[in-house]
Amino acid sequence: MPLSPMQTLASIAVMAAVTFLTRALPFLLFDRGDHPPKVVLYLGRVLPPAIIAMLIVYCLKGVTFTALGGWVPPLTAGLAAVLLHLWKGNDLLSIFGATVLYMALVQGVFG
Amino acid sequence: MNQRTLAAAFSVTVPVLMGYLAIGMAFGLMLQSIGYGVGWALLMSLVIYAGSGQYLGVSLLAAGASLTQTAFLTLMVNFRHLVYGLSMLEKFRGMGARKFYMIFSLTDETYALLSSAKAPEGVDEHDFFFAVALLDHSYWIAGSIIGAVLGAALGFDTTGVDFAMTALFLVIAVGQWRAAGSHLPALLGGAATLISLLLVGAEDMLLPALAIIVTALTLLRSRLDETDQREEGRTCP
Repeated sequence: MPLSPMQTLASIAVMAAVTFLTRALPFLLFDRGDHPPKVVLYLGRVLPPAIIAMLIVYCLKGVTFTALGGWVPPLTAGLAAVLLHLWKGNDLLSIFGATVLYMALVQGVFG
Repeated sequence: MNQRTLAAAFSVTVPVLMGYLAIGMAFGLMLQSIGYGVGWALLMSLVIYAGSGQYLGVSLLAAGASLTQTAFLTLMVNFRHLVYGLSMLEKFRGMGARKFYMIFSLTDETYALLSSAKAPEGVDEHDFFFAVALLDHSYWIAGSIIGAVLGAALGFDTTGVDFAMTALFLVIAVGQWRAAGSHLPALLGGAATLISLLLVGAEDMLLPALAIIVTALTLLRSRLDETDQREEGRTCP
């Protein structure tokens, strides 16, 4: 726990405020019956996949190739998440299955 | 809100009940594993209420991230909510004071339910929406409390549980990939971030990556907008 309780509270307040803001913004801007500008609608459609791809790369930024333990667990578990999801299409099963596999790999096989 | 409304809302929220108990528990466990107990889990699930946002929150707290970094990353993860709001403008109109809560509680799952589920005959639509939102939120809170309590009681090795966040993003990406008319935005997002990681390093990679993404997508608008129109033409003859 690198943060003090007060710093933690401040962090949580920021997370709560920003999360609410992202949900409220469309209502603040466009709730008077105006139509959102076309470029906003366009970006609203194409940005989410790009940002999720960005976050996946961000999550995997710690992958290293100097030892097997640096890249085999994340890549195996990541592949498992994708394959499970293509196969069953169940969010929870994919997330849980991949996470359990990852934990087994980092704690057991490469621990 | 009467019993009939609550019963109708409960029956449509059962899948979310299962989901939120499980993902909420994983959140509680993760939070416990970095040293924050059940009170913190309750607080975060009460006031933030965002699946991927709170997973990210655990990583940020664990890393001791600055408030600026926290704000920026939370914004990135929750960006898709902007789109949800756009399609709920009509539905929430006229909900009065409850509208504030409806907007606050617009998670992926609640959004999915509200876009498709209909209030049964004789049940007020706005009461029904409100009950769905309230039930989903309570499942999420219950899940995170159970996870935090279990984590404290079992005390098992939670190393690697943070991979849940990576898995969550991968699952969202698979869904988006299937629904998308063009895969260019996703590929561009990945490529831009890799370039940014190699150029500026892991610490400051997100802002340059985002700048490249927004610029490139804006420049590609004429091309990508056309793709979408072709897709629509094909599905709705």
